[in-house]
Amino acid sequence: MRAPLIETRNATRIIAGDVPATLVADVDVSVSAGEFIAIIGPSGSGKSSLLYLLGLLDRPTSGEVYLEGVATSALDDDSRADMRLATLGFVFQFHFLLPEFSARENIILPMRALRRLSEKAQVARADMLLEQLGLKDHAHKRPDQMSGGQRQRVAIARALANDPKVVLADEPTGNLDTHSGERVLEILNDLVSSGQRAVVMVTHDLALAARADRQIRIVDGRIAI
Amino acid sequence: MSFVLDIALTHLRSRVRQTVVGVLGVATGVGFSIMMAALMEGSQADFIRQLVDSLPHISVTDETRNPPRQPAETRYDVVQIDGLRTPVVRPGIKNPMAIMASIESWVPGAIAPSVQAKAVIRYAGRDTATSFTGLDPKREQKVSKLATQMRQGSLDALYKATNALILGDGLAKKIGARVGNTVTIVSGAGRTLDCTIVGIAHTGVAQIDDVSSYGLIKTGQILASQIGLVNELRIRVADALQARTVATRIEAETGYKSVSWQEAHEDLLSAFEVRNIIMYTVVGAILLVASFGTFNIVSTITHEKARDIAIMKSLGFRAKSVRRIFVIEAAAIGLIGALIGWGLGYVLTRAMGSIEIKSPFMDSSTIPVLYSPLHYALATVVAVASSLFAGYFPARKAAAVEPVDIIRGAS
Ligand SMILES: Nc1ncnc2c1ncn2[C@@H]1O[C@H](COP(=O)(O)OP(=O)(O)OP(=O)(O)O)[C@@H](O)[C@H]1O
Ligand SMILES: [Mg+2]
Repeated sequence: MRAPLIETRNATRIIAGDVPATLVADVDVSVSAGEFIAIIGPSGSGKSSLLYLLGLLDRPTSGEVYLEGVATSALDDDSRADMRLATLGFVFQFHFLLPEFSARENIILPMRALRRLSEKAQVARADMLLEQLGLKDHAHKRPDQMSGGQRQRVAIARALANDPKVVLADEPTGNLDTHSGERVLEILNDLVSSGQRAVVMVTHDLALAARADRQIRIVDGRIAI
Repeated sequence: MSFVLDIALTHLRSRVRQTVVGVLGVATGVGFSIMMAALMEGSQADFIRQLVDSLPHISVTDETRNPPRQPAETRYDVVQIDGLRTPVVRPGIKNPMAIMASIESWVPGAIAPSVQAKAVIRYAGRDTATSFTGLDPKREQKVSKLATQMRQGSLDALYKATNALILGDGLAKKIGARVGNTVTIVSGAGRTLDCTIVGIAHTGVAQIDDVSSYGLIKTGQILASQIGLVNELRIRVADALQARTVATRIEAETGYKSVSWQEAHEDLLSAFEVRNIIMYTVVGAILLVASFGTFNIVSTITHEKARDIAIMKSLGFRAKSVRRIFVIEAAAIGLIGALIGWGLGYVLTRAMGSIEIKSPFMDSSTIPVLYSPLHYALATVVAVASSLFAGYFPARKAAAVEPVDIIRGAS
């Protein structure tokens, strides 16, 4: 059997301080290809913090995070950055696009950094993603010239740019109306349908979560059943 | 174009005002540095040129560096000699024609004999000290610019009258004599000669023009009361900078003290060195100050762009790439600033070079400036290097940003 795309073992994240804060405690999760996982839980429970651990943005203070079977917590920053670039795609609650660049340029940026595709192929892929997300007419617009929903879709397109194995999305529909949220969910669903990729999505919306393959409920940084 | 460069230039483009201020800071620094270097080296080169032109490159005299060996020194191992007095009568260079011929055989350049005599000019009832040089007009033309520095008359005019005399213009003015006047010269050896002024010379160096008088060698020998006397051989070498080496060899071969213009003006040259050190310090400081602007801009941008840096790092950009973005921004400010500085420096130098001045020492009508590509290259290197240095620290700080810290704070 193939190793899960992402797996955590006793992943714990404590922030040291006068009063040490436990963001994530003893979490074991495994994310396999073809899975659409929803992370739910009350505000402040540690959902985002868990997502940062899964996405190699943060290091566990104890425990381990495996990406395709490789233990990542002791790797240097560059190796972890390379893994993020090639294997993972992030969508944050706020779009986090680079403000001076057009939609297309924002989408191409990770491809330019990875250099897996030729320049021509990069542009072609960006245009394909724009098309898929219904943004064909907005390719040249800068983030401030687009609506919240459009920006969020550009952010999703950017997350998909390097054809990542896992897409990690932190409340991607949080700022969107029902219709736009629905579209985003469709796109993420399409991703996993081929069975090659996985999606992990943090959401408050229980109705959306219900449509995932699996839900992980976090309370006080721990998995609750 | 690499994405790193692309992002860097985009940052600068979207901050036109800040970028322009930074670029102008560097440009001003580079421009003024270039102008200053042009002025300093210009006046120095001008001064040295006048010096080198008005004096022989090498002067071989009948003096020796050490007192003559005394018989007692030959006789005993240890001797102390006090109050040694050199003879009043100058010995002259022995066999000057043979020595000149031997020097001419290997030194590229020209050589001319002369007789030096201290004397007093008596005119209109006043005595004025002069330093008389007896020379050979034919040869003199090849070793000094004196022939071309005649205000009135010519060197050859010395042949036209008995005891003909040429005065430095400063001296002529001081005693109030003109061409055609007859003056009386009284030499240190006690000889008195009536001389006709046949020319006025102007070397441009006041110290020389105020005291010098020139005549034929024969006249000098009469004033010194020594027939056949030649006490100085003046040499002009093809390459003035070689004078020191040539002088050393002449001294070794002839035994006579031979002084190159560099040695004669050691004090001046070392003053120039001090001047250059001061200049480079000031220029360095100007450029350093300009680089503070770069530091300011790059650190402002890194602060404003903290969120973008977090995004880029979360996407998987390596710290090195992020650092490079801001280092490139600093380099671009330095480089563009330097290029504009070239233009500014050139214009300033031109402007300075056209200002007219009156100097008591020199008679150049405009401020001398020196255009040298080296100044431009040096200012550019220093400006870009200090910009890079200034940009490096904020860039390094930016690259060390932990994306999760910023993302946590923002969402
Ligand atoms: N720098 C910090 N220092 C101390 N505690 C922190 C810090 N950052 C976050 N926390 C705490 O960690 C807990 C988990 O935060 P996290 O953002 O993961 O929650 P969340 O489940 O994503 O909440 P939300 O649904 O509101 O986004 C919160 O209680 C929060 O107050
Ligand atoms: Mg959250």
